[in-house]
Amino acid sequence: MPMALFWFLAAVSLISALGVVLQRNPVHCLLALIVTLLTIAVLFIGEDAIVVGFLQAIVYGGAIMVLFLFVIWLLNLGAEVGPTGHLALKFFGTIAVAAMAAELMGFVLPPHLQVKFAGHAAGYGSIDSLAQKLFSEYLVAFEVTSLLLLIAVVGAVALARRASASELAERAAAIAAQRAR
Amino acid sequence: MPPLTYLMALSAAIFAIGVLGFLTRRNILVMFMSVELMLNAVNLAFISLGSRLGTMDGQVIVFFVMTVAAAEAAVGLAIIISVFRGRETVHADDLTMLRW
Repeated sequence: MPMALFWFLAAVSLISALGVVLQRNPVHCLLALIVTLLTIAVLFIGEDAIVVGFLQAIVYGGAIMVLFLFVIWLLNLGAEVGPTGHLALKFFGTIAVAAMAAELMGFVLPPHLQVKFAGHAAGYGSIDSLAQKLFSEYLVAFEVTSLLLLIAVVGAVALARRASASELAERAAAIAAQRAR
Repeated sequence: MPPLTYLMALSAAIFAIGVLGFLTRRNILVMFMSVELMLNAVNLAFISLGSRLGTMDGQVIVFFVMTVAAAEAAVGLAIIISVFRGRETVHADDLTMLRW
C-alpha cells in the first residue's frame, strides 16, 4: 500500500470515527461508523489480509450495520435535541481519554515496535491458509463459536419476542395478587 | 507498506475515540456503536501485527472477534428493544431498573 493511500485512509477513518461520537442523529452516527469500517477493511486488504478484509466489509459493514439501522428505525429515533449528557462527565471523560491515548501512543510510537519485514510468503491471507489454520489449530474454538452463535440467536429471540396473551394475563394476575396482599 | 508504528498509532487513536464516545454519549445505541469502534481498532492492531510477524494467527483471531461481535450485536440490540418496549427511552440515565 502506498504511503499516500495510507494517510488518506487514516484521515478518513479518524474523521468518520469522530463523526460517530460527535453527531446527534443516530442514523448519521451509524453512517459514519460504516465509513470507518470500510476504510479499516481497505487497510486490512493493504496488509495482505484479503479474506478478512472482505469479511469485514460484508459481515461488519453490511450485516451488522443493517441490524443497527433496523433497530434505529424500529425504535423511531430522531436527533437528540437540547443539551445531552453531563458536562462534568464529558470534561473528565475527555481528560481520561486523552491520558489513555497518550499512554498508548507512548507504547506504540517508540522504535522498539519495528520488526524486520521482508514481504509475505505466497498464499498469505488467502482463504486456504486461513481455513488451514482455522480447522487445525483453532478447531475447538471454531466449534465453540458455533455454540455461541446458537445461544445468541435463541437469546435474542427470547428477549425480543412479545409475551403471548395468556402470559400477560398471568403476569397481571400475579401483580393483582401482590397488591391485594 | 506503512510502518507498523503508524498502523498501531491509528488503531490506538480509533480505540481512544471509541472510549470517548462510550463515556460521553448517553444514547445506548450510540454507546453500542462506540463499542464496535473499539472492537475494530483492536482488529486493526491484530491484523497489522500478524501481518508483520508473518503469521495467520492474527487473522484467525479477527475472524473470531467478528463472530463474537455479531453475537453481541444480536443480543444487545434485542435487550435494547425489550427495554424500549417497557420504558420508551434509549437514554442511559433513565434506565435505573437495576439500581439498588
